Parts: sequence; C-alpha cells; structure tokens
Amino acid sequence: MKKTIIIGSGVAGMQTALCLAERGIEPLIIEKESEPGGKLRGWHVLFPSFTPAEEVLGELRHRVREQGIEVMTNAEAVGLTPQSVTLADGRQLTGDAVVLTSGFTLFDARIKEEYGYGIYDNVFTSADIERMMAEGRVTKADGTAPQRIAFLHCVGSRDEKVCQQHCSRVCCITGVKQAMEMKRLFPGAEVFNFYMDIRMFGPGYEEMYREAQQRCNIHFVRGRISEAAPTLDGRVQIKAEDTLTGRPLRMSVDMLVLLVGMRANDDNASLAASAGLKQAPSGFLEPRDLFLRSTESSTEGIFYAGTVTAPKNIGETLAEASATADAVAKFLEK
Amino acid sequence: MATIDFGYTISKPRAIDLDRNNLRKSDEILREMPELQACIGCGSCTAVCTAGSLTTFNFRKVHTLVRRGEYQGAYEEMNKCMLCGKCRLVCPRGINTRGVALLIKRKLGDF
Repeated sequence: MKKTIIIGSGVAGMQTALCLAERGIEPLIIEKESEPGGKLRGWHVLFPSFTPAEEVLGELRHRVREQGIEVMTNAEAVGLTPQSVTLADGRQLTGDAVVLTSGFTLFDARIKEEYGYGIYDNVFTSADIERMMAEGRVTKADGTAPQRIAFLHCVGSRDEKVCQQHCSRVCCITGVKQAMEMKRLFPGAEVFNFYMDIRMFGPGYEEMYREAQQRCNIHFVRGRISEAAPTLDGRVQIKAEDTLTGRPLRMSVDMLVLLVGMRANDDNASLAASAGLKQAPSGFLEPRDLFLRSTESSTEGIFYAGTVTAPKNIGETLAEASATADAVAKFLEK
Repeated sequence: MATIDFGYTISKPRAIDLDRNNLRKSDEILREMPELQACIGCGSCTAVCTAGSLTTFNFRKVHTLVRRGEYQGAYEEMNKCMLCGKCRLVCPRGINTRGVALLIKRKLGDF
C-alpha cells in the first residue's frame, strides 16, 4: 500500500487524507499542535451561511477517526523530501509522496502599533471576537455591552509597511459577517466598518454585504483608520479620512475590531529550502503552474492543498484538497 | 455695443474632462514618481495630516486631481503642507508622499 505524508491537520490536511484513503492510499497526518483541526478550531460560524464551524470540523474529524487515519500530534516538520519528512525531534518518516497543508499564520496585530492592540483594553482582533462568540460571551474589557463598535479591514493585508502586500481575501466578508453578528447581539449598538475596498468574491457574499447595509444598518466608511488612541473613559478614539466626502473623520468607539489577515508561515522558507520548493514574494509557496498544476509543487512528489499557497476560504480549501488527492493518486500510479 | 448684464452667467462644467485635460504635466510627475500610481485612495495620509485637520487641505484629493490633469490651484493647495511627513509613515503602499508634495510644487509652480 502506497503511503502519503500530510503535513498539517487543518481542513486541507484532513480532506486530502480522506480522499486519499478512499482511493486506497494510506495517509499519515502530522500536526505540530497537540490537537488536530488547525485554524478552524475556535472559530464560531462560517460566512456567508452562518454555518457553525464545528459542523464542518466535527464531520471531518469524525470521518478521519472512522477511517482509522493516523494523526500524529506534537510533530513539527522541519524538513522534507518527496519521500520523507524530518520532524523537529529528529525522527524521520518515510512515504511515497508528501502533501504540504501547513496553512497560514494569523497576522500579529501588535505589529500595527498605531492601532493599540495589546496596549488598549478595548482593541480586539477578528480572531478574538470569533473566540468570544464561540464562548458565548462578547463584551468590552470591563464586561459591559458595547454601544458603538468599529471594524477595521485590511490589518496586515495590502500593507507595505508590514511587508504584507497581498490581499487576504476572506477578511472583508469576515468583517461583514462579524458586524452582522454584533448587530444581532447588540441591536441598539452602532456598527461601523472602515474599508479601503470591499472584496466580495464568493457566492452569496455580495448579497450578505447588501443585507448588512440595508437590513442591519451597518455603516460602511471608505477610509483606512490611521491611528487609535485611548479616551479618558477607556474608550478608543479613531481617526480616518472619510474619503467619499474628502474630510477627516474622528469618532470614539467602545470596541475596535481589527480584521487581521493571513500571512505566510515563517517556516515556509526553511521547508522550501529543504525540498527545493518555490516561494512567492508574499512568502506563500508557489505551485508548479497556477492553472494546470496548481496542486503540485515545483518538486515532483510534493503537493499542496489549502492556504499554504495563498489565502483561501474553507470551501475553496476543501475543493482544492480533493483535487490534490487526485493529483497524488495519479502520481503514485505512475 | 456694450453687452447688457442681465445678472445671469453660465456655470463652468464641473466634470473632469479627460478629452480636454492635458496630462503632460501629470505624466511628467508620474514618470518621476511612478509609485504614486499605486495609491489606492485609502485616505490614511489625509487622516493623519496635521494641516488637513485645521484647513481644507486634502492631500489625497489634490494629488488625485493632479493625476487627472486638474492642475488649477494645486500648487497653492500643496503650499498648505507643512512637510511633517506623517503621511509617509502611514501610507500602506509605501509612497513617499512628502516627496510627492514637493514634486507637485516643483512641477506646477506656474499653474
């Protein structure tokens, strides 16, 4: 039986493993964290349908268990070749092909110091909000309900100052989704979204955006917040240009939510170097061909699925993982 | 025969007329600082602008108008800039905005 090592147990890794197992190829998933599931763990609901993330993740986990697919946790890959993966503890795993599904790293909002994340109590990231929603308790730092909430798009995306020039794609729709959820939790609150461009690329996204505007009364202001400062009463004052009126704008909010982007993993560089993989200027790994060989790496026998190559949403990741399994199977038949 | 002034005037069209505007100066400016073309109009520069919070100066608007060939008054507007450089610190596209202000003043001094 041919064996494939899959690096990363997020949705991409699990879906690839399941599709390979169906074809009679033995998958082995390795995961650096102590629990499988990847970034979707701790996520509350998915756009644009408000489907609980656990519905997707739980199903995948269940099927992985059912199929008896081995998931090796606390195992960090530090090097790879098409036939082997070297772990941080020195162990070497061997197989017939390797699939890299190691995903992305969430942008650290503290780097954008001007927004005060980690400095002011009422500045949050989209990941914080999602976690709070999953825990069923969204409040300001002092435990009270917010009256006015601002979301800022493109934090750590499209920003040369933090070396992240790419668009993370999913934050726009996440911003719309979370704004709607906030409005649902706090119907009396005012919600403002500050954006540079709104990119609603997926099915149902534009409709959701329209619903947010029209039905939920969420205010969309076209301008990037330039800085945040604390007020005497513990709120956050923000400044932006309202570019559509051409005037500077300032306002105080109870909560400032930073929609953090996806950036490439730091270890992409060392993994790429160990296996002769091509890395894009963004830091993400580059497939052999963007159109006809988008699931293959530049090295024969090493494949990609999910956000290791670029920011993607869950649906795209799942679809790509199936395509990757197909490419792996064809490769192993040879 | 002297024209009788009935008190009516014809308003000049407000539209930016790209058939008539001469983009030569604009092209010159962009050739010297092509990075200005990367502007996505996020308004960060104007949001932090020291002059903009006190006067009608709007850096984003002025340089966008210049790029469209609307040079009238651009030099005078740019004179409001104090060259503090805060805009350059925040620009997500890494544009040397302070340099743009100086360049526009240099190129459009005679408009």
